[in-house]
Amino acid sequence: MNHLSRRKFVGMASAAGAASSVLGWPVLAQAGKTSGRVVIIGGGFGGASCAKYLSRIAPGIDVTLVERDSKFITCPFSNAVLGGLYDMDFITHGYDALQNKHGVTVVHDSATDVDAGAKKIKLAGGGELVYDRLVVSPGIDFKWGSVAGYDEAASEMMPHAWKAGSQTTILRRQLEQMPDGGVVIIAAPKNPFRCPPGPYERASLIAHYLQQAKPKSKILIYDAKNKFSKQPLFEQGWAALYPGMIEWIKESDGGAIEAVDAKAMTVHPTFDDPQKGDVINFIPPQKAGNIAEVAGLTNADGWCTVDQRTFESRVHSDIHVIGDAAVATPMPKSGFAASSQGKVCATAIAASLSGQEMPEPSYVNTCYSLVGPAYGISIAAVYRMQKEGIAGVKGAGGVSPKDESEAFRQDEARYTVGWYKSITSDIWS
Amino acid sequence: MKNLDPIFCAGLAILSHAALMSPLHAGELSRGAMLSASCEGCHGTDGHSPGSIPSIAGKNADYIKLAMQDFRSGVRKSTVMGRHMKGYTEEEIVLIAEYLGQRK
Repeated sequence: MNHLSRRKFVGMASAAGAASSVLGWPVLAQAGKTSGRVVIIGGGFGGASCAKYLSRIAPGIDVTLVERDSKFITCPFSNAVLGGLYDMDFITHGYDALQNKHGVTVVHDSATDVDAGAKKIKLAGGGELVYDRLVVSPGIDFKWGSVAGYDEAASEMMPHAWKAGSQTTILRRQLEQMPDGGVVIIAAPKNPFRCPPGPYERASLIAHYLQQAKPKSKILIYDAKNKFSKQPLFEQGWAALYPGMIEWIKESDGGAIEAVDAKAMTVHPTFDDPQKGDVINFIPPQKAGNIAEVAGLTNADGWCTVDQRTFESRVHSDIHVIGDAAVATPMPKSGFAASSQGKVCATAIAASLSGQEMPEPSYVNTCYSLVGPAYGISIAAVYRMQKEGIAGVKGAGGVSPKDESEAFRQDEARYTVGWYKSITSDIWS
Repeated sequence: MKNLDPIFCAGLAILSHAALMSPLHAGELSRGAMLSASCEGCHGTDGHSPGSIPSIAGKNADYIKLAMQDFRSGVRKSTVMGRHMKGYTEEEIVLIAEYLGQRK
């Protein structure tokens, strides 16, 4: 913890004491709702966006971002790292700008508990932070063991690589070490899960790598679903770029995996014998990040139900949940959607703390996928709040047109890289 | 509060009003800012794009409004902008153009 954050930290911890010594100010804050302390758990796409835009909308608000890691490694473009197009540095972002340029206090620690009554959180390092509003943006965790044999230990041999970082490195190394003619198995989960087009972009960019380095190899996608995001576009791209290399086995053809054996390197599909892979990327079923569950914010399925106008939890008042952890259907669990939600949530909190009415929320999603280095496809949507919740604006959005020219795909590939540079700079710089 | 004298309470009210006004950046809590936040994800904060997506920064409101209208109608060809702009009303386009046209 640096000097600035230690000072603020002590200030927060002694807020109760200040109430008696400096009579008036805490009362004032209570009555006028003029300033406030916002604590944000999680410095990913949702949390970091919320922090930056809160400080931009209302510089008077005291924003503290609690993030475990000193650097954030994005899932977007981690598939391009797996395909050998970029290195890990390209997808790694720091918190200096948030702290130094935007006045956010960044505390590198983990939240271990939330006391919604006393409005404070506990940190693994032993401290506490008091809040007026808490934003929980913890991303996902995995339902270990929900597929027999797939636990955290198994993920060292059969990486999920669904949180970017060391898992990405393991999977990339396995691909590099695999013999030509080997089989790569990708197991994709049921909905809902983080990044709906992700498994299929991954298959594409691994195919790109294998085509160059190990052209006799094959990729099998075992899927627990019968359809997937941008499916016609991916299938068209695979036929054009990697004919015969990628095979998709849908749920009704036995694509769901019931068990794995990490030592034997096999997956066990519904109607078939165990299948051996040289590399197995097993993407397990998911739930909201652990702290959401600890705080009691999750529903029976493991996700957090919120008021979709403000992202305030339906369980605890003054706690907001954004990003992959929140139920924001029809918005996908994507980094871009999480960032949009972070901005809406920042607007809601600034309005609430300043006693003003919140402007009508506007939400957006734009997700690009690379089928190959010069072959990009996209999906877009604009959302508004309707009576029943978030809804896509009719007639807007949708996927890239099918049967478009090579030049169109090239343009979208170029914009895919630009999109990544823009969204990450909008959040971390 | 019931034990505080009225003069002190009046003082608090004035302080409260001043504090209420000070911490918000004018215009940031507006429909224009809210709508434009959606643009900034791809075009960069305040329209400063670091990569291949065109910057909006430095363009005036009329230019931005016309570009959005032409993307929406299809007069101007695009990969994704047409799909986005169909999600915004004429009034919203004006609000976005006015907001982004003033950002530095």
